[in-house]
Amino acid sequence: MKKLMNIEPSRPLKGFLALLPFVLILMLYWSASNERLAENPYDKLLPSFSQISDAVERMAFTEDKRSGEYLFWVDTGASMYRIGLGIGISAMLGLLLGMLSGLLPVFRSGFSPLITIVSLIPPMAVLPILFISFGLGELAKVMLIIIGTAPVIIRDVQGHVRQLPSEILIKAQTLGASTWLVAIRVVLPQIMPRLIGAVRLSLGTAWLFLIAAEAIAAQEGLGYRIFLVRRYMSMDVILPYVIWITTLAFVMDFSLRKLSELCFPWYHHQEAGK
Amino acid sequence: MKTIKILTLILALFSSTNALAKDKFSICWSIYVGWMPWEYGDSSGIIKKWADKYDIEIDVVQINDYIESINQYTAGQFDACSMTNMDALTIPAASFVDSTALIVGDFSNGNDGVILKDKKTLSEIKGQQINLVELSVSHYLLARGLESIGLSERDVDVVNTSDADLVAAYSTQDVTSVVTWNPLLSEIEKQPSAHKVFDSSNIPGEIIDLMVVNTETLSANPNFGKALVGAWYEIMSTMSNDAVLTHMAKASGTDLAGYKSQLASTKMFYQAKDAVSFTKDPQLSKTMKYVAEFSFKHGLLGDGAPDAGFIGIETPTGVFGNPANIKLRFDPSFMQMAADGKL
Repeated sequence: MKKLMNIEPSRPLKGFLALLPFVLILMLYWSASNERLAENPYDKLLPSFSQISDAVERMAFTEDKRSGEYLFWVDTGASMYRIGLGIGISAMLGLLLGMLSGLLPVFRSGFSPLITIVSLIPPMAVLPILFISFGLGELAKVMLIIIGTAPVIIRDVQGHVRQLPSEILIKAQTLGASTWLVAIRVVLPQIMPRLIGAVRLSLGTAWLFLIAAEAIAAQEGLGYRIFLVRRYMSMDVILPYVIWITTLAFVMDFSLRKLSELCFPWYHHQEAGK
Repeated sequence: MKTIKILTLILALFSSTNALAKDKFSICWSIYVGWMPWEYGDSSGIIKKWADKYDIEIDVVQINDYIESINQYTAGQFDACSMTNMDALTIPAASFVDSTALIVGDFSNGNDGVILKDKKTLSEIKGQQINLVELSVSHYLLARGLESIGLSERDVDVVNTSDADLVAAYSTQDVTSVVTWNPLLSEIEKQPSAHKVFDSSNIPGEIIDLMVVNTETLSANPNFGKALVGAWYEIMSTMSNDAVLTHMAKASGTDLAGYKSQLASTKMFYQAKDAVSFTKDPQLSKTMKYVAEFSFKHGLLGDGAPDAGFIGIETPTGVFGNPANIKLRFDPSFMQMAADGKL
């Protein structure tokens, strides 16, 4: 008989097992929601699916009475802009500073301890300082994302640069490459897929800080809306927003992975071979 | 906070909200000058004494997040909760949880204010960006203030800002005006650039702090109402004592002087008869009409609401809104019993 650890589910079974928990959660929600709505048809805590779809219809496909905008898309646009800018700048910083400190011992000795300490400061704890230095506008929100994610990416890239086999670096040098050339022709291509990996891992953190920043002071954004309607417990709006955020995060993660597979197939072959 | 939310959800999933006769009750409150007496009543044993008198048990729970406390009450986790008149209308009543204002504790008489940086009159607010907790009583105060000088919310730009961060926010350059409540208000006023241009004493009696009870629970268990009201007015009678005030001051994170200055901008109803006559005044119905109109304009009565009167509000002098759909009631009968010494 096969040991339990060696039993592989068949493909259809795999699909079924993957869907099962979602279906169970939906069913649990549906029955609990029905029960509460039977008692009080205006209960807002667990809205029914039709109430949720009404809310989506209202937020996403109907013009807001006051501003004439489609709130859902305005919120999405604002949040995507912030997170895109924040994570983009973080990635650039990560690449630049990570490579510098990974490759140049002089830079590393001065920079590495600082970034280690900075990466350990919980950004939420220094919020008032962030406000005073960056104000309350867009800059502060993007900065919060950068402060939350850049140090981790920098450290990760730095670590990967240092793990590159020294034989490769020495070989390039014996062939006459300068430091610049080694950085551009040897280290950079090797490090790009790892940078994408680091960015993917920090997406969750970036969303966390985005929502926090929007909860603190904002005029639009996905986090802003959630915290605003929380004031009158509009779960019919909150639930689709949460699902939408999850979807966006998933799409970002997925497309980064595909991008990496497309641009750096050698890296993923290597990974799969392990 | 997230944990609390998940817990609420799980609890809500597994608990039913039926309000049958029972002998164990729980009430919740959050830190605010007018609600600190609940803390004192709990720790001094006054509430327990009154609960024992009516042979019931009352559990008093402090909740750090004000909105969360109302949400929990609305979800059925608490039988009563402290809140303002506006939140009572827009959260439990708009969720069709029939609620009764059992105790009218006080009204804000300067505890909420509009502050401008380096500007001295309200009319200069035009075109400014204003940081406040959107859809809260601050927002209501701003709307009333703008109305008083013939402006509307279109003339300003409102930025939702968490109350926890308002004081820090004020010190940044971007922020030129805020609307907030005490103790944040007095903290911001300490800065030389801050000028209070409008406050709740300009609209006296419109921001009311209540103890709100689930109507079904109350009618099935009048003893619960009697015990709460009895305890409340016994606590009120001790509030001339500095030792008691010091206790409340400490519990709210300030000192005696700070607490007294907050009390000075709060019109407390120390006597049950004052609260009763405030509740019986026809002005209350008018106030609730303003509040309902503001709430309706901002979509706080829910999307099914066709007009401001969708949710009926009952006061002793009459009903505002749909009489077939009364979900918020001002009932002075228990306070009357206290005034008559019948508890």
